Amino acid sequence: MQQLSSDVVIVGAGGAGMYAAIAAARGGASVILLDKSLVGRGGATVMAQMTVAAALGQQEPDAWTIHLEDTLRAGRGLCNEELSALLCQEGPKRILEMEQWGTRWAREEGHIKQEMAPGHSRKRCCYVDFLNTGPAVAATLRRKVGEIQEIRRISNIAVIEILVKDGRASGAVGLHVADGELVMFHAKAVILAAGGLTKLYARNSASANMGGEAYALALWAGAELVDMEFVQFFPIGHLAPRLVGMDPIMWDPFRYKLGGKLLNGRFEEFVDRYGGEDFGKYTAMRDLAAYAILKEVEAGRGTPHGGAYLDFRHVLERDLRVAFGPVIDRLLANGIDLTTTPVEVGPMAHYHMGGVRVNANMETRVEGLYAAGEAVGGANGANRLSGNAITEAFVFGARAGAGAADFSRRAELRREILPARGAFEGLEALSHGGAKEKRTPAALQAELQNLMWEHSGPFRTGEKLTQALRHIKQMQQEDLPNLRLPQASVFNLDVQDWFELRAMLTTAETVVIAALARTESRGAHQREDFPDSDEALLKNQVMEIKSGRVATRWTAPVRLQQNGAGHE
Amino acid sequence: MNEKKARTTILRIRRGTSKRAGRFDDFEVAYEDGMSVLDGLRWIRANLDSTLAVRYSCINANACKTCMARVNGRVDYTCMVKLTPGVITVEPLPKRPLIRDLVTDIVPDEEKL
Repeated sequence: MQQLSSDVVIVGAGGAGMYAAIAAARGGASVILLDKSLVGRGGATVMAQMTVAAALGQQEPDAWTIHLEDTLRAGRGLCNEELSALLCQEGPKRILEMEQWGTRWAREEGHIKQEMAPGHSRKRCCYVDFLNTGPAVAATLRRKVGEIQEIRRISNIAVIEILVKDGRASGAVGLHVADGELVMFHAKAVILAAGGLTKLYARNSASANMGGEAYALALWAGAELVDMEFVQFFPIGHLAPRLVGMDPIMWDPFRYKLGGKLLNGRFEEFVDRYGGEDFGKYTAMRDLAAYAILKEVEAGRGTPHGGAYLDFRHVLERDLRVAFGPVIDRLLANGIDLTTTPVEVGPMAHYHMGGVRVNANMETRVEGLYAAGEAVGGANGANRLSGNAITEAFVFGARAGAGAADFSRRAELRREILPARGAFEGLEALSHGGAKEKRTPAALQAELQNLMWEHSGPFRTGEKLTQALRHIKQMQQEDLPNLRLPQASVFNLDVQDWFELRAMLTTAETVVIAALARTESRGAHQREDFPDSDEALLKNQVMEIKSGRVATRWTAPVRLQQNGAGHE
Repeated sequence: MNEKKARTTILRIRRGTSKRAGRFDDFEVAYEDGMSVLDGLRWIRANLDSTLAVRYSCINANACKTCMARVNGRVDYTCMVKLTPGVITVEPLPKRPLIRDLVTDIVPDEEKL
C-alpha cells in the first residue's frame, strides 16, 4: 500500500479546502490536498453562480456587527454566535484578499459592487459577472494553490476513513479511484473540507460530490455533529424545462432584480397567502417561499413537474436582456424564451446548516481533526442567509488551515500503519458481496435519495421520519453488505459508489434522528405535526457515536459573551 | 408553451481499456427534450449498467469541465450536448490516454498520485 506523509492533510479541494491549504502553507506546514474529483473542480464552490456576503461597506455604510445581526436573525436563535461572528468579522478581509489574488469582483465607480439579497439589511453581496462567482473564485484559489511549493495536490482520491489513535487524528485512508488501490496519508493534522450533504436528496442543486462524507467521516472518527436536522431547501431551484450549463439556483437574483412572479399551476400568485413575504420587495426568507410552493403542490395546484412557475413575461424584452446579459442566450440554447415561457421551479436541497461541531479554531473534539466550510455546523443556525456560504468557506478555511499548521508545529508525526478498520472491512465486504443482492450501489443511492426527499425533506412528520429511519437501518444492515460489485480494476465507480453509499447512509441516519427529536418547526426544519416553534427547544442537538450507536443530546446555543452585536 | 414529448434514442458507447481492442455497446435511453448526453450516461449507470466508466462532477452547470468526450465525432462537454433521436456515438477523448470506457486521463500531472 502506498503511503504518503505531510504535516496537514486536507479532505476536499473546494473553496474551503483550497483556502485551508493556502493558510496552512502560510503557517509553515507541508500540505497534501485531496479531492474525489479534480482539485478545484468538484464540490459546491465551482457551482456557486450567486453572490458572496461581506460587510465591506463599499456600496453603502455597513458593519460586520450588522451582518451578524442579520445572520443571527435568519438563524432563528440557534446560531453558534461565536462562529457567526467570525464569519461576519473576517469575511471582508477574505474578500479583499481574494481580490489581491486575482478575483475580479464586479466593480462600479471605483468600488466593489454590492447588491441586496434576501434577509440582508444592507447592500453587501458581491459577485463576479455574469453568474460566474463560483468558477471565478475557484480559479483564483486553484491558481494560488498551484503556486505554492508546500502544497501537494492529488485528484481522484475518495477519502473513506480518518485514522485515529489514542484520541488523536493521524491521517486518512483514501481510495485512488483511477486504480482502485487504497492509499494511506499520514499527517499531524487532518482538515475535513468535503462539503455538505445535498446529494442525499433526489432534488438537489449540488454536484455529484456532496454525499455527506465529511459528516460520516467525522462521526466515525469520534467527533461530534451539531444541528443535523437543518437542511436548507432552496425554494426556487430550476425544475423544468431541462436546463444545462447553469446552476439550478440561478433564478434568485433575477427574481429580485426584475420582479419575477411566482405563480401556481393555475397561474395565480400565491406566496402572500402564506404570510411573511413583503411582496413587491422580494425579501422573503428562503424557507417561507419553499413552504408556500410545496403547500400549493400538496393542494393540487402545482405545475407539471411538481413546483411553481417563475414568470418574467410581464418584463420588457429589453430589460430582460440588460439584466440577464449573455445568460439569455444560454437560456435560448436550452429552448427557454422568457418572453413567452415561464419556467418551473421548486424547492431542492441546497445547503446544510448542520455539520461537524468545532470551536473557533475549527477544531473538533478529536485532537488534530479540523473542519472547514460547509462541513462545519453552527454558524448559520436554523437557516442560512443568502451569500454566507462562500464567505464561510473562505473564513473557516483560512482559520482551519492556520490552526492545523499551528497544531502541527507542536505535534509529532506518527508514521505507523494504524488500524484502518472501516476501510479494510469495507473492501472485505466488497469481495464477499454478490450472492444475494443484485442491485448496485448507484441504484441504492437513488433509493436513499428518494426516501430522504419523500420522508425527510422540506416537510416532515414523525411518522414519515420513523419510516425513514427504519428503512435506512435496513439498507445499512441488509443491503450494504450484500451489494453486487462488478469487478473492474481501473476507474471502478461501483467501488467508489459503495463507500459513498456507506457514508450517505450514516449521514442520512443523523439527519433523520435529529429531525425526529426536534418536535417543533424552526427555520429550515418544518414539522407538519409540530407547526409552531417551541421556546423549550431553543437548543442545539449534538450527535456522536456512543456504544456503536448514533446518540443525540441537547445543548444551549453558544452565545457571544460581550454586549452589543447580535443580541435580540 | 412547448409540449415536451418523451422520446427514445440509442447511445452507442465505446467500451474497454484499449483504444485498439474496444467495442461499442448500444443502450436505449428514454428522454425528454432538453436532456443531455451526460443525463443519458448517468441514467445508464443507475438503471442499465453501473460498470460504465464516465467522469463528471457538476452535472448541470458546465462548471467542472470534466465530462468531455467525443460525441458523434466531435469533442464536446457531454453535459452540453442534447439528446436527439437516432443513434448517438460516444467515444473517449481521442488525444488523451484511455483509462476505461469514456474516462481518459485528464488529470494534470502535478495532481497525480
